[in-house]
Amino acid sequence: MIKTFVIGTVLGVLGSGALTWYVPAVDLQRERSMISVRPNIGNAELFHINLPRDRILVGLPNIQNSIPAGLKWPGEDYLGDMQAELFKVRDENNVVVGVASRLASATNSSGAFIEWSLHLPARGTIYVEMEITPSADGFRNGEMLAGTQDFLTLSGSVREQFISEVSDDADLQGRIQLEVALVAPLEDEL
Amino acid sequence: MKYAASLFAGLILGAVLFMLGLYLNPFMGQAKVSPLAVTDGQVMDLSFSAVPANGILYTDHGESAVIPHPDRVAELWEPTVVDTSVFVTELLDGRGKFAGIGIKYLSKSEQTELIKGDALASSVWHIFLPGQGTFMIDQTENFWSYIRDVVIPARTSSGDNWVGSFHSVTTSGPGALGTARVTGGSGVFAGLTSESVEAITVRGYSSVSGPVSMDGNLTIELPEIAAATE
Repeated sequence: MIKTFVIGTVLGVLGSGALTWYVPAVDLQRERSMISVRPNIGNAELFHINLPRDRILVGLPNIQNSIPAGLKWPGEDYLGDMQAELFKVRDENNVVVGVASRLASATNSSGAFIEWSLHLPARGTIYVEMEITPSADGFRNGEMLAGTQDFLTLSGSVREQFISEVSDDADLQGRIQLEVALVAPLEDEL
Repeated sequence: MKYAASLFAGLILGAVLFMLGLYLNPFMGQAKVSPLAVTDGQVMDLSFSAVPANGILYTDHGESAVIPHPDRVAELWEPTVVDTSVFVTELLDGRGKFAGIGIKYLSKSEQTELIKGDALASSVWHIFLPGQGTFMIDQTENFWSYIRDVVIPARTSSGDNWVGSFHSVTTSGPGALGTARVTGGSGVFAGLTSESVEAITVRGYSSVSGPVSMDGNLTIELPEIAAATE
């Protein structure tokens, strides 16, 4: 019986080791990427944010208007006219696939800026600098500054558009659409 | 039946021994000194309270020990973001004065391998420093030492808490020396590519409500142009 106990102990050690080695401790949920191929300029993927449903934070110079209620935002005294927004991000199937922040300032002493940072947990993060002036047709174009994980070696652009009056639903009064176009480097650039 | 019970008891003991070996393995640990401590370049230090309740906003799936705040903040309960947390905090400079705002996304990493002492998370900071500009920090963090030396002792203590002094560099990549990657966005940081390191100092932890006293620190290496305008 002692021999069985010893064998059991050894098997317990080996089994736990095998389990820890082979079974992933973290298994992130993935959604199928809704990518379309663009002629000559890589792949495009469309994300959107439903407003106001997907808002997590809105930090404004006027603290009273910041969201959510009770937010202790530093406001104009510390941040000037900088606006920070945090959202949940959805794919074309309207499924939440990540979170994003948008920082903007028109009068910061080091220069005006509008930036996005899109964090898709299972895929990585895209850091984008947008043009200050939107185009005549209502878009705002931006350039990807950096990417992480799946986006590490990619370059590309982002097109931002605000669409109002999406639905009568009070939770869906508007939509921010982000079209991300990414290009992989040529093989000899790798 | 006797033999089956004996085998089962052996299996349980084996599993416990394995867990103890993993937990007590002295070769699994992290640096307490920043790799940037020996850099020739200038560095910028940004500190913050890493206690979520002391930040501007914290949210996660809403089921963890740490309570999201403010009260009515949206929770990240959707399956794709359920392993992600968002933390927004004020950043202080080396003199303890307000320096800017930092937004941190932290997601559990699939590269986690407990058998190697890797309890990894992928995290990203999106930072704005008034009068200076914006930048992003991309890093892999290893919380194994924090879990082993703070979280587990708090859970096993009769008072459900841990009090002491723990310091660890959490950044473990993606840089070859275990540093994070910094990409400049606007202002003096435009075009910047640099390295940084994040460290935490913990003095109190409750297994009921999470960190009670914990400070974070970001050390960012600055090339000459950005340093000159700081």
